[in-house]
Amino acid sequence: MAAVTLLETESLSRRFGGLTAVDGVDFRLEEGEIRALIGPNGAGKTTFVGLISGRIRPSAGRIIFAGEDVTALPAHRRVGRGIAYTFQITSVFARMTALDNVRLAAQRRMARRFRGPDPERLEAAARDALARVGLAERADEPAGTLSYGHQRLLEVAMGLGMAPRLLILDEPTQGLSDEEIAAFVDLVRDIARDATVLLIEHNMRVVMDLARRITVLERGRILAEGTPADIRRNDAVQRAYLGG
Amino acid sequence: MITRVLDRAALLHVAVLALLFVLQFVLPDYHHVNLARVMVLASFAAGYNIVFGYAGMLSLGHAMFFGAGLYTAGLLAQYAGAGAAAGFTLAVVAGALFAALVGLLALRTTGVSFMIVTLMFAQAAYLAIHYFGDYTRSDEGFVVPGATRRLFGLALIDPATRYFAALALFAATVAVCYAVARSAFGRVLAAIRENEERTRMLGYDVFGYKLAALALSGAVSAAAGAAYAMLFGYVGAGLASIQYSIYPLLWVLMGGAATVLGPFLGTLAMFYLVDIASGFTSAYLLFVGLALIALVLFFPKGVLGALRERALPWLP
Repeated sequence: MAAVTLLETESLSRRFGGLTAVDGVDFRLEEGEIRALIGPNGAGKTTFVGLISGRIRPSAGRIIFAGEDVTALPAHRRVGRGIAYTFQITSVFARMTALDNVRLAAQRRMARRFRGPDPERLEAAARDALARVGLAERADEPAGTLSYGHQRLLEVAMGLGMAPRLLILDEPTQGLSDEEIAAFVDLVRDIARDATVLLIEHNMRVVMDLARRITVLERGRILAEGTPADIRRNDAVQRAYLGG
Repeated sequence: MITRVLDRAALLHVAVLALLFVLQFVLPDYHHVNLARVMVLASFAAGYNIVFGYAGMLSLGHAMFFGAGLYTAGLLAQYAGAGAAAGFTLAVVAGALFAALVGLLALRTTGVSFMIVTLMFAQAAYLAIHYFGDYTRSDEGFVVPGATRRLFGLALIDPATRYFAALALFAATVAVCYAVARSAFGRVLAAIRENEERTRMLGYDVFGYKLAALALSGAVSAAAGAAYAMLFGYVGAGLASIQYSIYPLLWVLMGGAATVLGPFLGTLAMFYLVDIASGFTSAYLLFVGLALIALVLFFPKGVLGALRERALPWLP
């Protein structure tokens, strides 16, 4: 399979006062892969994906997505290019139904010129995204009344509703039960059939199960990168992170 | 499609407008003119509700948009002899432009800062009215020449015509708000109100949506201001003072924020509360205050907001 680069960063940096959270990162992501981003707390993982999604402005460096420089684009325009971010802290619209949450996610890309989307097609797309994460039955419940695990899944459904080329999942399995995690791993595999997935994850079983390649961040720099087997063997990673 | 258009929510709003249409034939003179005034002020409140209720931005400066309409129509009539149609049209355009201009600066802030910035802009506008007192006659104001108060050949001084014009304005405002509430645009505004950052990360240009909401709100508020000048014939700085920034907030809170008919209900209730209370005491504001305390205690979401929560979830 010819590797097509979907996302590339060139010496990407972000400083907060005296702290350099992301320090000159050169990163490359291939279209269609599932990449895990791991590292100890405070390694700069969330800041790094924040830079990619546009929530945070870089101090230096460039971001190239699908062959175009998106460094200067505001976050909402990057979503339009196909970069979707799902929040680490669940942030669904609690007072709206699950269906309305996903409808909002899909509405923008389905809008017709000067008009909103066709209501029936929009609803079908939203129900489809809910069905893929297994929430079809809960479509009409207010998002705020869903269980924590279901809210995490709703976040992912909103990500799917945007039909992204790159889906960034920030610690998606945090707080989920073992069964929920198993179902989630299957879900991410399903998503990866038509999107590239960048996953920040602490659960090493999930990482080893899902990722084709793993990038390890430490103190804002890439410490190591490789297949799960490479990473498991890497001494520096063992010392820094896996506690070996 | 037919069932979508003629659903119960749409029917309710049509029924309310029909009721207001019929009322003009049975109301005594005093309440006849009151109701016309309430409909114009309710249109102002409905315009405010677009920003405050649907998009969740607390503006304390909407008097400047009401005033923009009031003075555009009033000054054009006074100094250029413009009739109601021309004055009204230009007032709506002026209100939208003014609101967009203010928004470009004020929308860089949120929350309390947004309240203060809008308040300052409104004060600046209020002082500008005084600064140009030679033309505006400041607080004393001026009476709009009767000859200009005509719409399509009909004299707006005539009570029946005036009532009908107020009703037409109110119906148009209800239609606009109803369309916003039901539209993709309105859903994004509600999303911004609930969680701005999340909405941005769904790919929406939050600033652009807020600016559009503010411009629309400014246009509707200015339409009400222009109608006020042409229907009641008086233009004065008091109508652009801080009080007229607070009133729409109170009316909307009382009737129910983010409901289409709430602003009307709130304006009507508050108008008659003041009217009745001031009949037997000069401390009528005391009653307004008590009503507001009761409101916050028992119906924090306003009358229609509470009704929607408890019984009528389909209410837009």
